[in-house]
Amino acid sequence: MVNKIVGTVEEAVGAVPDGATVMISGFGGAGQPAELIDALIAQGAKDLTIVNNNAGNGEVGLAALLKARRVRKIVCSFPRQVDSQVFDGLYRAGQIELELVPQGNLAERIRAAGAGIGAFFTPTGYATQLAEGKETRIINGRGYVLEYPIHADFALVKADRGDRWGNLVYRKTARNFGPIMASAAKCTVVQVREIVELGQLDPEAVVTPGIFVHRVVQVAPVRPAVAAA
Amino acid sequence: MQRMNRDQMAARVARDIPEGAYVNLGIGLPTLVANHLPRDREIFLQSENGVLGMGPAPAPGEEDPDLINAGKQPVTLLTGGCYFHHADSFGMMRGGHLDFCVLGAFQVSAAGDLANWHTGEPDAIPAVGGAMDLAIGAKRVLVMMEHLTKQGGSKIVERCTYPLTGVACVNRIYTDLAVIDVTPDGLTVVDIVDGLSFEELVKLTGVPMMLAREVSLA
Repeated sequence: MVNKIVGTVEEAVGAVPDGATVMISGFGGAGQPAELIDALIAQGAKDLTIVNNNAGNGEVGLAALLKARRVRKIVCSFPRQVDSQVFDGLYRAGQIELELVPQGNLAERIRAAGAGIGAFFTPTGYATQLAEGKETRIINGRGYVLEYPIHADFALVKADRGDRWGNLVYRKTARNFGPIMASAAKCTVVQVREIVELGQLDPEAVVTPGIFVHRVVQVAPVRPAVAAA
Repeated sequence: MQRMNRDQMAARVARDIPEGAYVNLGIGLPTLVANHLPRDREIFLQSENGVLGMGPAPAPGEEDPDLINAGKQPVTLLTGGCYFHHADSFGMMRGGHLDFCVLGAFQVSAAGDLANWHTGEPDAIPAVGGAMDLAIGAKRVLVMMEHLTKQGGSKIVERCTYPLTGVACVNRIYTDLAVIDVTPDGLTVVDIVDGLSFEELVKLTGVPMMLAREVSLA
């Protein structure tokens, strides 16, 4: 019997080695797998390269991972926010490397990794600072930049419900990077609010098919269901 | 001169967005446009984090941390709206499926180059988000900004001095003083606030402009 469910978040992230590239789902706080990140902090892996849209908010989740000095480099589109003080401090002190990527290029590079694409030409960023040093081409009169996929060793993803085969559905805009990150990592670890029996997810509405998922762990919502609804 | 306030600017932009349009509103000033779209028009607001059919802010106490906009503020979903992942969301932009995007700007050049993501100052932490994708992706790129900087310099310039977001991508500029089209023949003024002459506008802007034929001067 195939069973991707693991009992604890500690077990779920136990194998992340030093120096790994780790994708973390979420757009700001929505879809960020905070409990998996906490487990990764406790686990101790360091020199990580993190791929996320942002660079942490406040002092929790991704920001706490940065604050614990486990991150060598971050690949993201929008690090600067009103509450990104942890990243801001590390960046200004030269203690973290930043690869800034336009958001659509970030998403497509992740998607490309999961889809086996070697590289692709995109018009986004053409003739800007963020394309400096990159190969370009004029196609049908329009300028394009060559971008390469972003592969990861691990993806930490938050979904709403999942089953023991790893099929997933998400909740509202918390979906964001989850489905594409799940496809782009060698090992995809998912925290879900609820584990359901096989067949309980509508097969017409499964968003991430289980082939992209390796471990599923249930994390009970911190807030009571009424407040989170 | 009757300089427009932020809400008047937003209302002016909203006037140009027709029924059935798929629209992305950027963070900041452009977000105000949503408040001025006529209720009898069905317009689809897209948010880069994966919503089509985005509705207004929820009532106090109804906020859902899983339902936010690009600015990470709580929003709602209209009946008929839907969610999708990030690669699909940016495919909508890059693939030319959005009819309009409305963006803020530091500078727009006479050729329609846009600078709105980075001041380039040494201490500034760069952040680009979806700005470059929107700039090159939407069928029509509308910019909404104050005409002048706080120091009185024009934000419409011959050539952008800030790092570019996109090249020759802006179609129309809405400022607190005028509405200006970027055309292959140059900047064309289509609207001016009451009490400001075309000549005065050109002088303030410092860039050659033409007057569209249908502009009625007050």
